[in-house]
Amino acid sequence: MPVRGSREGAYLDEQTLLAAGAPPPGSFEGNGRGSHLLGGQRAAAVSTVSTVVFIGAVIALFVFAPGAAAVRHTFFNPQQMKQAFLGDPSKGLYSVGKGLILNIEMFLIAEVLILFCALVIAVLRQLRNPVLFPFRMLAVVYTDVFRGVPLIIVIYGIGFGAPALYIRGISTQSDFVYGIAALVLSYSAYVAEVYRAGINSVHQSQVAAARSLGLSQWKSLRFVVLPQAVRTVIPPLLNDFISLQKDTALVSTLGAVIEANRAAQIDSSTLFVYSSYTVAALLFLCLTIPLARFTDRLIARDVSRRLAGGRAVR
Amino acid sequence: MSEPDVTPDLGGAQLGDTAQLVDAAKLDDGAQNGDPAFASQEAVRLEDVHKSFGDLEVLRGIDLSVAPHQVICLIGASGSGKSTLLRCVNLLESVNRGRILLWGQDVTAPGVDENAVRRHIGIVFQSFNLFPHMTVLRNITLGPTRVLGVPRDEAEEAGRALLVRFGLSEKQDDYPDRLSGGQQQRVAIVRALAMQPGIMLLDEVTSALDPELVSEVLGVIRELAAAGMTMLIATHEMGFARDIADRVCFLDEGVILEQGPPGQVFTAPGNSRTQQFLRRIVDAGRL
Repeated sequence: MPVRGSREGAYLDEQTLLAAGAPPPGSFEGNGRGSHLLGGQRAAAVSTVSTVVFIGAVIALFVFAPGAAAVRHTFFNPQQMKQAFLGDPSKGLYSVGKGLILNIEMFLIAEVLILFCALVIAVLRQLRNPVLFPFRMLAVVYTDVFRGVPLIIVIYGIGFGAPALYIRGISTQSDFVYGIAALVLSYSAYVAEVYRAGINSVHQSQVAAARSLGLSQWKSLRFVVLPQAVRTVIPPLLNDFISLQKDTALVSTLGAVIEANRAAQIDSSTLFVYSSYTVAALLFLCLTIPLARFTDRLIARDVSRRLAGGRAVR
Repeated sequence: MSEPDVTPDLGGAQLGDTAQLVDAAKLDDGAQNGDPAFASQEAVRLEDVHKSFGDLEVLRGIDLSVAPHQVICLIGASGSGKSTLLRCVNLLESVNRGRILLWGQDVTAPGVDENAVRRHIGIVFQSFNLFPHMTVLRNITLGPTRVLGVPRDEAEEAGRALLVRFGLSEKQDDYPDRLSGGQQQRVAIVRALAMQPGIMLLDEVTSALDPELVSEVLGVIRELAAAGMTMLIATHEMGFARDIADRVCFLDEGVILEQGPPGQVFTAPGNSRTQQFLRRIVDAGRL
């Protein structure tokens, strides 16, 4: 429907409006400009000043605080940071940069496994077949338990518990494998809930349409519900993977996996400063910030598509 | 309706060779093999059907018989049970009492494969319910490929032929949200037809449409009726019902109060509730 009102409004010219006591054009502009986020010149000036003041205050805190010099020396020591990043075998220093590669490896392997396991769990909870009841119960208990237990305890449990069992094939794995297993166990519970929310967001009428074609419950889920559910949950899934990426650092508590955080630990105990941790932190940010921006873009695209399609899809 | 052949054979020739709406051969096989499913003169039969949602009894003893090739229109106020009746026939709702027979087979009996039953019944909903993540053509071929096991290229060829037939061929690669309401509903009808159903159930298919889009959808239904499709149509379009129906059923509070040829029900209704309902429709300028 085209908006007609604006055209008809044009018949009333300015003179008529002024004669009728209307305020002259432009008299509201002073108010109007400030109302947009970062819109207009005055707003831009104000935001610039406030940003400068804010950043200045933060810097001042680091520069003028009583212990500022010591903090700079321990956390932001350029020489030590460089050594920690590159590593120096002659001094017994591990490379935090190389360690990060291991983090990325763990993250990628865990992510693929999590996406798969969580989907299986979410689907199990959805199927109403009475034969599957014990599995459904198991899925509920599993998500309840592993969402409630802190990841670090799961890592301890697997990393120290599995070797103590003396089961061939299980007890002889590396800490790298135990770390991934713990991440998968813990995160699959969260991600399964994300999937489940997505499945529930698909309207019941879609299921009715699928079933009315003769599709079984499983096929309706597979071809109609899940594709729509997964599309909806991509942004929240990425959110979980941002935290998975940084939580790979917790595997360092097992000791033998020299990933970024563990390398930083060793370096700091060798160099007697914490600059290696700063390196690790910066490297993690280099990974998580692009992922976060990417997620934002997907969400924005999703919102605009919903607004565009809002009328047609009832 | 005296011929012994009661299979809902629409005669593919009427609709063009590529757009045969019912797999008559398959149903004929059933009849020749003495399959009890095809031993009946009736396409649909409802006996004393009751359906409740919690304390609310929506259907309170429905008896209805539909012969092959018949078009039955269900009229009545909102909440009178028209939609629930259609959903029960398609087994989307289970009945609390009574039974439903399709071609003589009791589909409400325990142990009936509901997926197999639904394969032979097409239903079109008020809100279209197209799959938004699939193109128009994929919407149409999903059922044939995944339920009937038709090879994809064959299903697509048949789907394209149906789209051509109903003037939607340019839309085959579009997603549903690019289509007008009328186009979406026509695609939904084609999607149901692609399964070559023996019966079509239409649940107020024009109620969600802008007035200027109603006629294109009604046109499609008229074409189906002309081709001999057995249909149960819940509708608020009284003029359309009068034109197209072999029989009109007036539902009120979960029972069929009156039924008969449209000429009789619309011009000389016997029941006072029917008279009252029709008077309100006339007052609203809808008849």
